[in-house]
Amino acid sequence: MSFVLVQVIVGGLLLGAVYALFSSGLTLVWGMMNIVNFAHGDFVMLGMYVAYVVYTLMGGGPLLGAPLAVLVLATLGVVVYFGLIRDIMKGPMLAQILGTFGLALLLRYSVFWWFGADFKSLPQNIVGGTYAVAGLRLEASRLLAGVVALLVTLGLHLLLTRTSLGSKMLAVAEDATAAQLMGIRPDTMQAIAWAIAAGATGLAGALIANFFYIVPTVGETLGIVAFVTVSLGGFGSVPGALVAGLLIGVIESLSGFLIGAVYKDIVVYILFLFFLWFRPQGLMGKV
Amino acid sequence: MRRLLWLSVLSAVAIAYPLLLSSPFQQRLGALVLLYAIAASAWNIVGGYAGQVSVGHVVFFGCGAYAAMGAYAKFGLSPLFGIPGGIVIAAALAAVIGVPTLRLSGHYFSMATIAVAETMRLIVTNTDYLGAAVGLSGPTVARNIFDLSFISSLPYYYLFLLVLAITLFITWWMTNSRMGFYLRAIKDSERAARSLGAPASRTKLYAFMLSAALTSVAGALYAMMFGFVDPESGLGILISVKILIMAALGGAGLLFGPLVGAAILVPLEEISNSVLGGKGAGLTFVVYGAIIVLIARFQPGGILSLFKRRPKPGSEVGAPHAP
Repeated sequence: MSFVLVQVIVGGLLLGAVYALFSSGLTLVWGMMNIVNFAHGDFVMLGMYVAYVVYTLMGGGPLLGAPLAVLVLATLGVVVYFGLIRDIMKGPMLAQILGTFGLALLLRYSVFWWFGADFKSLPQNIVGGTYAVAGLRLEASRLLAGVVALLVTLGLHLLLTRTSLGSKMLAVAEDATAAQLMGIRPDTMQAIAWAIAAGATGLAGALIANFFYIVPTVGETLGIVAFVTVSLGGFGSVPGALVAGLLIGVIESLSGFLIGAVYKDIVVYILFLFFLWFRPQGLMGKV
Repeated sequence: MRRLLWLSVLSAVAIAYPLLLSSPFQQRLGALVLLYAIAASAWNIVGGYAGQVSVGHVVFFGCGAYAAMGAYAKFGLSPLFGIPGGIVIAAALAAVIGVPTLRLSGHYFSMATIAVAETMRLIVTNTDYLGAAVGLSGPTVARNIFDLSFISSLPYYYLFLLVLAITLFITWWMTNSRMGFYLRAIKDSERAARSLGAPASRTKLYAFMLSAALTSVAGALYAMMFGFVDPESGLGILISVKILIMAALGGAGLLFGPLVGAAILVPLEEISNSVLGGKGAGLTFVVYGAIIVLIARFQPGGILSLFKRRPKPGSEVGAPHAP
């Protein structure tokens, strides 16, 4: 295998880790409340703009931008949960889809209106230069994004499986009424889940803002990536999202390299439809 | 009897509108309301009556639009000849999408339709035969009346009114047929309907195909009125969103819901675009988004559900469904 191919695969893995990070937020909410957040990609977009604003107003890098993005998005997540999700959760599916879709439009076009439609980007050297490791060229910003995303996704998995908070959240996911009888507040747990899910998107957004183009409509593409990742990994499964995210990152960059950049999204979407057809429960999900 | 009265008043208003309010802006506005009402009513068959929320309906819209423009641009025929082609392609595509996804739970169907629409948009954008990013154009100057290329919006208005009437009639006829009863049963509880022998998958698939076919007609009419189609105007996801929102705002699963929704949202968009200019495009969708969130939150059955005389529990879209 040539070095170029290894380079492409490593690049795909690093981006894939970020996909895994924001998709695990979607899968958490989906698995816990059986609600699909169609505004998920736009949450990531907001995270990118937070990083952008932090840089333009204060000259701050990801060290300031990322925590702030997490904070802003987590707050938004809680507000969205209490303002919208809690009520539409029990409603018909049309209301659920409409509610989060409307939210997506609201966020996307508020940003569009405020910042304009033009592409923005952060300076290339905001994180650091490019390193050569064993013959591979690694951009510091992508390396940072990939590693942090990987660690946080693993941390999220540990939080859900190894802590009492995680157990409480899973209990609510399993049966909210029974959990309530055991003294767990479903409302609080679900709000926390939204804070975590949205916070993860904020972090992911702030991380990819360092090397991605920043534009109001970027959330549309990223949202679909998140859906593909979640359906591939099985809904509700964070490890599934991790594997699927890495896989999609690699497939995307390989098909971009081998077939052509314009076709990389098509390959991912067709893969998604293929999975929906033959294995709707995903790679690791249960039926 | 009262329904008949309302219907005749509505028809009279619809027929008289462009003659009473006859400025070009108003006539164009009327034509656009009807056009979107056709698309939203077509969506209503699968989204409202069958309860399968398609977010990728623009792909069928695009089938019609590209077929109509293709008939002219590739074969020199009147765009009218593209309509049957668009219907066939749209229905076939609906079958291909519908067979695997309609058996899945609702969210998957919504996502699959988005993915199909985006895939199509990307493919068409990179297909030179279909004009790639530039798209296809219709006749610039009409060779004869069958090119349906008019400067005034008035002929389009009446053409769209006719098609809307046909669409609504088909919807009405369907709801009162065996298929309509199946759909209502499936929407209330698919499991119960299946156990009583209703062919759930087949019925949903037929509804999806019918809806796709009618949506393609709306797409063809749209392309004829604007004289061209490109990937953004024919296959952009925002068209799907608009169609869906109009139906939901008026009342999904109600015959006149989509028309009411279109009559509110199209003028809102056109007026805000003309008042705010280029800056308005963003703001329009901010308002759209806010409206949708508010409907979903407070009135999930849509505006018309406020006026329902006998709200039967579980009979309308706004009723909670079994988890």
